[in-house]
Amino acid sequence: MAPSSTSSEASDEWLPPSRRPELADVVPVTQDDGPHPVVAIAYRDEFREVMDYFRALYFAGERSVRALHLTAEVIDLNPGNYTVWHFRRLVLEALDADLREEMDFVDRIAECNPKNYQIWHHKRWLAEKLGPDIANKEHEFTRKILSMDAKNYHAWSHRQWVLQALGGWETELQYCNQLLEEDVFNNSAWNQRYLVITSSPLLGGLAAMRDSEVDYTVGAILAIPQNESPWRYLKGLYKGENNLLMADERISDVCLKVLKHDSTCVFALSLLLDLLQIGLQPSDELKGTIEAIKNSDPEADEAVDADLATAICSILQRCDPLRINYWSWYRTTISSQT
Amino acid sequence: MVRRLSVRSPRLQRARRPPPSAPPTTAPMDSPSPPPPPPYPPAAAEGGPAADSQAAELPRLTVTQVEQMKVEAKVGEIYRVLFGNAPNANSLMLELWREQHVEYLTRGLKHLGPSFHVLDANRPWLCYWIIHALALLDEIPDDVEDDIVDFLSRCQDKDGGYGGGPGQLPHLATTYAAVNTLVTIGSERALSSVNRDNLYKFMLRMKDTSGAFRMHDGGEIDVRASYTSISVASLVNILDGELAKGVGNYITRCQTYEGGIAGEPYAEAHGGYTFCGLATMILLNEVDKLDLASLIGWVAFRQGVECGFQGRTNKLVDGCYSFWQGAALALTQKLMTVVDEQLKSSYSSKRPPGDDACGTSSSTEAAYYAKFGFDFIEKSNQIGPLFHNIALQQYILLCAQVLDGGLRDKPGKNRDHYHSCYCLSGLSVSQYSAMVDSDACPLPQHVLGPYSNLLEPIHPLYNVVLDKYHTAYEFFSS
Repeated sequence: MAPSSTSSEASDEWLPPSRRPELADVVPVTQDDGPHPVVAIAYRDEFREVMDYFRALYFAGERSVRALHLTAEVIDLNPGNYTVWHFRRLVLEALDADLREEMDFVDRIAECNPKNYQIWHHKRWLAEKLGPDIANKEHEFTRKILSMDAKNYHAWSHRQWVLQALGGWETELQYCNQLLEEDVFNNSAWNQRYLVITSSPLLGGLAAMRDSEVDYTVGAILAIPQNESPWRYLKGLYKGENNLLMADERISDVCLKVLKHDSTCVFALSLLLDLLQIGLQPSDELKGTIEAIKNSDPEADEAVDADLATAICSILQRCDPLRINYWSWYRTTISSQT
Repeated sequence: MVRRLSVRSPRLQRARRPPPSAPPTTAPMDSPSPPPPPPYPPAAAEGGPAADSQAAELPRLTVTQVEQMKVEAKVGEIYRVLFGNAPNANSLMLELWREQHVEYLTRGLKHLGPSFHVLDANRPWLCYWIIHALALLDEIPDDVEDDIVDFLSRCQDKDGGYGGGPGQLPHLATTYAAVNTLVTIGSERALSSVNRDNLYKFMLRMKDTSGAFRMHDGGEIDVRASYTSISVASLVNILDGELAKGVGNYITRCQTYEGGIAGEPYAEAHGGYTFCGLATMILLNEVDKLDLASLIGWVAFRQGVECGFQGRTNKLVDGCYSFWQGAALALTQKLMTVVDEQLKSSYSSKRPPGDDACGTSSSTEAAYYAKFGFDFIEKSNQIGPLFHNIALQQYILLCAQVLDGGLRDKPGKNRDHYHSCYCLSGLSVSQYSAMVDSDACPLPQHVLGPYSNLLEPIHPLYNVVLDKYHTAYEFFSS
């Protein structure tokens, strides 16, 4: 049977590799830093010795149980050492090791180092070999990590990969709902929602989901208009479908509703601008709203703006001074199109 | 200038509130002087349609809101001091503490404490962060140049590419760090130490069937891997159709509905990956495959009330994005012809520009590849900066500098070499972004604080100092 992947750390007292009988025949290999090392790290003795023994087995290509144990120790000291992880995979394969146990091992490391590329890559390698049976366990694990940091980029990427490669979509939309209820500003959850509604095999894709998603998103915008995430998501629902975006009256409606209460809401003004740019014929209400906002500023230009889009740009230049350069540029793209 | 968030109106005010900076003293090219910030919106106007129901009970603040408010409070405290000061005191506050940074960086080059063992697989990165930061300050110590070349040679694998330390597996990211370091040193010894034949073979081995790159043998595939590979290949003039094949399509698939680029398809738009993806597409001459207007819009909105950039929507400001986001926007200043064409076609058809697979890659001859990076930097900026270049300098100088030297993510965080490198890179980008030509000397009003704050200009596609790039370009094209 495959060896366990636990290291000798289980023993009560840590024994330096040089005093371990099972490593007695190994000649440690020191790091070749040259006579005048730069960015030299003052390694602790323990670190240096473990690395020296690891190097010996790594250079010899020894795929053995003791090598597996030693890699666990190196990983524990520095989980960012991708060479060790790579070598460990070779050893695991050579020993035909129990990969479920290995998953438990890497999960323990991941909980202490949730923002490490190597750990998540190792998990993906394992999950790919273990197949769809592991999907739900992986989803549980990422859920746990995301409960500590709901925006962990690695955890989200892993979760998305497991969904697409191994499945487990059944409760994913519900999970997005839950996260957005907890924190509607969580853009990672909005992004996950986008994956689910476009790619879940259970939901029929974007075309089938768009209508109800627009309602959901409009609700989130009206609740907190200053939250950028749903505004971007709303536009994303019509990515590549400008004609449909223009035709959906709920889009310009939500902008107008928000502007009634907050006439300088940058997201609303910005979305209206986009709508006009793709050819929306403005309603009288829209024209009136913009006209009123423009006139409410005594310092506004006297000159009548050539069109509504330019007028919105002027408003944005004024009420979003941090992005004045951006809006000034945007304005030039309007005149160059007409 | 920074207003305190009222507890009664727990909104992220990022977009609406005026920047805590003084109105910029400089008008970007072709734009009028910015007007003073508008009056702060009265609380009554903030609720929106849901205000009535929320007025009854105090709304619960979410994690995002609480974290954001903490940062705004810290940054606000710093800016309030600035605007309470007499103008001459401001000039002191806005000074770049060159000597302290040089001392901190130089020390790291020679010796790092035991806690750095977690970066033991990133030592070429430590070389790059430090050497590039010193080059930006025009302070590379010449007594260590040869030692660095020797050390990096020990990280170079016999079959090509560089690992994270001597004897480690070659890795594309540490290869990028090593080559950029050698280019920054720029001596014949440094440049000729790169084994280009083996490097090319290493890169081909890292190529996945999809065309995208993996970081190392059996390693992860993402946009970073593609950028580090294509950037290095372009820099040392080994980029050809074989290496380029399929990369553009992979990166196009990583542009998200938000407009930014993610690490892999379907992941969240992110500043680091957005820079990497955009720069790669320019180096491949396939940038027309991206939806540039939506990319620009997404990045422009990442600059927040703190004046610095955040990495993702609704995340916290971080000094390192001064480069990743700032440089991404700086790159687009030279892409306006492409943007205009894309806008024209998108307004006349319902398909977004990104969907028109009209890349020029298929017809590109191998010999042309090295020229793309060169021609790009020779091009003039067609417009002024698209971000607030003065506000960004303010964030870096006031919030990211550490008194004892080094720069950091945000107030309350410790300095480190990574943030020192990318804060200074971002500072350079923002100082030069208002000029038409990449190497033109900025006018005093483009440089916040004393003019001695001015750093060396960079080549923004590779993030190496521009002079050093030119030396390397000549070396590798002969």
